[in-house]
Amino acid sequence: MDASIKKDLQKKSCKVRMGVIEGTYNAKSGHPGGSLSISDTLTYLYYNKMNVDPKNPEDPDRDRLVLSKGHTAPALYAVLAQKGYFPEDEIKKLRHIGAMLQGHPCINTVGVDMSSGSLGQGISTACGMALAGKLDNKSYKVYAILGDGEIEEGQVWEAAMFAAHYKLGNLVAIVDNNGLQIDGAITEVCSPEPITDKFEAFGWYVITMDGHDFDDIDRAFAEAETVNDKPVAIIQKSVKGKGVSFMENQVGWHGTAPNKEQYEQAMSELNAQLKELEG
Amino acid sequence: MADVIKKATRESYGETLRDLAEEYENLVVLDADLAAATKTGIFKKAYPERFFDCGIAEANMMGVAAGLASCGKIPFASTFAMFAAGRAYEIVRNSIGYPHLNVKIGATHAGISVGEDGATHQCNEDIALMRTIPGMTIINPCDDVEARSAVRCAIEFNGPVYMRFGRLAVPVINDRETYKFELGKGVVMKDGSDITIIATGLMVNEALEASKVLETEGISARVVNIHTIKPLDKELICRCAKETGVIVTAEEHSVIGGLGSAVAEAVTECCPVPVVKIGVNDVYGYSGPAVDLLKDFGLSAENIVKTTKEALKLK
Repeated sequence: MDASIKKDLQKKSCKVRMGVIEGTYNAKSGHPGGSLSISDTLTYLYYNKMNVDPKNPEDPDRDRLVLSKGHTAPALYAVLAQKGYFPEDEIKKLRHIGAMLQGHPCINTVGVDMSSGSLGQGISTACGMALAGKLDNKSYKVYAILGDGEIEEGQVWEAAMFAAHYKLGNLVAIVDNNGLQIDGAITEVCSPEPITDKFEAFGWYVITMDGHDFDDIDRAFAEAETVNDKPVAIIQKSVKGKGVSFMENQVGWHGTAPNKEQYEQAMSELNAQLKELEG
Repeated sequence: MADVIKKATRESYGETLRDLAEEYENLVVLDADLAAATKTGIFKKAYPERFFDCGIAEANMMGVAAGLASCGKIPFASTFAMFAAGRAYEIVRNSIGYPHLNVKIGATHAGISVGEDGATHQCNEDIALMRTIPGMTIINPCDDVEARSAVRCAIEFNGPVYMRFGRLAVPVINDRETYKFELGKGVVMKDGSDITIIATGLMVNEALEASKVLETEGISARVVNIHTIKPLDKELICRCAKETGVIVTAEEHSVIGGLGSAVAEAVTECCPVPVVKIGVNDVYGYSGPAVDLLKDFGLSAENIVKTTKEALKLK
């Protein structure tokens, strides 16, 4: 990947992380850990991959994204705000009464392609979007982002079977494999491993990537582009809480908002990272 | 009664989907391995490229329908009521209802008249479940003519619709030129002044039969057909409450949460009168021929006559 593009994505992603912290801090609730683990991939998709235009958010030919792990909406909102879908001020009103930005994605929010967040459902709706695209001979792609804990839901595997059966080559599912879910490590709660083997067995083309390395993210999505006859699963190794030292790999940060002190420390760390990137 | 034409509303469903396909090019049909039973097989045979079998995976089917609808398709997701409203309830709520997507749910084999398959497949709770979803329209047609109209109406309507069809062949009672289906409007099938029998689905015919018997005994029973359970025709129901002073409801569904509950809720707000409910009395069904089961569960003209006489004493 071109070094300047990479640096630009890193900066944008850092700002997305600030949005995650800003949003969850002001909401006094929300899910910073998984939002931070998916921030780089969301930034890459919206800035470097997807055919989307904030000025024409309902374009029938646009690429679509379903945040199946909808609890990590703060990251999606931060990307959409930065892209100009809605004012960045909305982030501070996340989860407040009367706010546009709901705790989990709602289709009525500009830029959000599907309501999601009840786990396991987003991959099915993404399948429907992909099928519609095939029926209408449209070239758009559909991206679905799932949590590694989320794939414990049986519906995910119903959808996995369906996508392979109908050869949904325009569907890419990204599994955010940060290894942690609410009750602990995924391998200790009720292990969904081996994840790659499972998707392969269901007839998917499987790619693994480092979810925090833009060169590797770029390589993985380029490889996904070469597949047209089957759905693609990208299993991304990631770090829950990535970018904020005290949140990294800490299961407790799945669904806890930072207090004032933690907010200030997190923002100070992210500001330092941004300064370094800008330096 | 020998020359009465009978037809199962699931047949009307499958045939109408086929008949609408040319006119509505965005119409697609989904099923979950029950195409022969839900009668979507009729559509599949004519338009195989617009039919998608999802296998025995109703949760995913409802989600796929939602995704298709978000891209402009008009999906008819079809399976038994037990699985459409029961198993897939939360997907219908969150992936279809909450984003208010234009998905049509064709739920067949509703109620006790599933027959021999027994309790696991006799869904008497679907209306109750679907009623709780904001923005969901629920249609429970009483015969072939009404079922066809319901499917046509559903495709013209923008928003989620739950359509309830039966397995059992039931008499065609709306075969008249003046028949007109209006979403959300109840139909006075027979006027009367002593009591109102409000029925839905296959119980409408039973109510009409009951009213004839009651007439011979000097009781003037009004018969109202509520094909649209939601939104409910509260205006008509409240008028009936005021004019006849007592109501009997009849449905092939649990007495909890269905038509009877909806009518009682409406009446308590506008004109409180006694509402006596005929339905499945908070029990599971069991195996047997549909016709015998309906009698066993009191879903018959005979029981409507008996209940109506008792209800009149409450006036």
